[in-house]
Amino acid sequence: MSRLTDANVAIANEIITRYPRPKSALIPLLHLSQEQNGWVTDDAMKHIAELVGVTPAEVLGTASFYEMFKFEPVGKYVINVCGTMSCALMGSEELLHHAEHRLGIKAGGTTSDGMFTIEHAECQAACTEAPCLQVNYRYRFRMTPAQLDALIDDLAAGNLAGEIPPHGTLARVRQHIPADRSVGAVPPETPGQEPVWMNGKAAL
Amino acid sequence: MTGTYAHAAGFYAGDRPRIVTSRFEYADSHTIERYLATDGYKGLRVALARPAADVHEEVKNATVLGRGGAGFPAGTKWGLMPAGNVPRYLVVNGDESEPGTYKDRLLMERDPHQLIEGCLIACYAAGLSRCFLYIRGEMATAQERVAEALNEAYAAGYVGRNILGSNFSVDIVLHWGAGAYVVGEETALIESLEGNRGMPRLKPPYFPAAIGLYGQPTIVNNVETLANLPWLARNGAEAYTAIGTKTSPGTRMVAVSGHVKRPGVYEIVNGTTTFRDLLYGEEFCQGIRNGNKLKAFVPGGGSAPWFLPDQLDLPFEASQVGPAGSMLGSGAIMVMDETTDIPHAALTLTRFYAHESCGKCTPCREGGTWLERILTRIVEGNGTDADLEQLIEVGTSICPGDFPHASSERLGLSAVPFPYKMTTICFVGPSAYAPVNSALTLFPEEFAARVTKRNRIPVTAVSGE
Repeated sequence: MSRLTDANVAIANEIITRYPRPKSALIPLLHLSQEQNGWVTDDAMKHIAELVGVTPAEVLGTASFYEMFKFEPVGKYVINVCGTMSCALMGSEELLHHAEHRLGIKAGGTTSDGMFTIEHAECQAACTEAPCLQVNYRYRFRMTPAQLDALIDDLAAGNLAGEIPPHGTLARVRQHIPADRSVGAVPPETPGQEPVWMNGKAAL
Repeated sequence: MTGTYAHAAGFYAGDRPRIVTSRFEYADSHTIERYLATDGYKGLRVALARPAADVHEEVKNATVLGRGGAGFPAGTKWGLMPAGNVPRYLVVNGDESEPGTYKDRLLMERDPHQLIEGCLIACYAAGLSRCFLYIRGEMATAQERVAEALNEAYAAGYVGRNILGSNFSVDIVLHWGAGAYVVGEETALIESLEGNRGMPRLKPPYFPAAIGLYGQPTIVNNVETLANLPWLARNGAEAYTAIGTKTSPGTRMVAVSGHVKRPGVYEIVNGTTTFRDLLYGEEFCQGIRNGNKLKAFVPGGGSAPWFLPDQLDLPFEASQVGPAGSMLGSGAIMVMDETTDIPHAALTLTRFYAHESCGKCTPCREGGTWLERILTRIVEGNGTDADLEQLIEVGTSICPGDFPHASSERLGLSAVPFPYKMTTICFVGPSAYAPVNSALTLFPEEFAARVTKRNRIPVTAVSGE
């Protein structure tokens, strides 16, 4: 069951139409498959290759470049502790060590119950709120070891299920382009004209 | 701060002119209701009531400098597209990941409609027929806010076919990245958007304006750059250039992090605010934590050569920071106080760039990792003096010649001006060396104290004494 579901195939086909060339939809579709399964499976990559019209190797070639795609199961909650300068200056190395001790795993590892993965992340763009971390790409700012313990307790108890979806789900809001409003995408090779509004006159 | 999202923290308005952050205080700043109640989409109406070429001219006259790092004027960039080659695309660079920087994330989370309106004005003025808005993969909240805003804007007739009933039509397609710093480089961004590994393209052509997405003319603009356009369209180039300096008009968002009392993101008047104002001013960071002494600071994101207290009185202005040996980059300052271990601090940046190398150019792929390993050895106390020479040798193979650095009165050093020469396609390789070079040049004693002489102690003295 790791090919895309029928509902997701419908979403995938709509996403593909947004791009002048189908291959552009690769990353959005890989996110979709990761949202469905929690990680990117071989079957999902084969399925995406069929949908987009490239080889499975091309899908893997693209996917393996990007850190957010996981090719084996990871925890329900992936905790990324930032280690770049601003966070390091404010104590992120101690924070990461604390997380490793608390969960009994090293950075890059997953707990045996499949609940948590910890990663040493690079700059997460919250540098003034250091040290920061993300749980499934949701921020926690100015973290102390005690707050990290409380966070892990809350996640384990399911207290944050409403705020933090399981790993794989990024934005919970999807863009919808209404058919009657859409301009539509055409292949770049299609002979075209200058846009009509570039005629030297005001559009309104 | 547990349990809060980014928009609740890190921004301080102050009593200064504001162009892009004017709605940041409103809790509902991201909604179309708030946007429309605060001049929202008025700039678009003003623009559409004029011929596209006039709007382009206005942006040129305002000298809106690119806010992504290179500082290239947006209006000039739009003019680099060859005539008659259609379609042309707009790609919005929201892949912000330069260490220290996070203005674009706030702009996307807190005022997504302002960005959308900016995209529309750019597409109208430059004759671009499709827009792709690329948001960094790790920014889930920004993705949600922009998706909501686009859905609202489509429903209200601001985006899509026949905008506001005119003959201007453009789709804005939201696209997420998946975790790769190098994709912030514009040709890598285009590769990524085409569904490929995000590796920078060979140059020339230097500008995607000539050959970009799918080989077509493409404008890549930064989020903050585009966010300036609605205000500019409403108020005109004259009002815009009345703020800031002649060479750097308007405002800039700057994030100051590290060892200051009040780290935060500030919209500052371009060109006139000094680093001393920013680090010590009451309306900005209010000084170094615990009353400590300032040791050094990174003035323009992790890629920038470091400054010392000697450079505090320089204004935040590219034409003065360059000759002083550094750059303003993406508007991020990282502050180190006297308690900072300099080799270790440099390692936290070099590790970043070594990790983020895409692997296309050998000097960066091998050199970055090499720098990281040597530096780690030194920080862990296992380095030798041969390692110090090796650091410079590896660095020089990425950036031949003198690497830019600041002047130091203490060491009797004069500045080497920006920029550097490089043996790589993009700036990731040189960026791995920048912190190493700054640390070694400005704080040689911290390395000397850390390493042992490479001459091994013999088992016994030959003389037997």
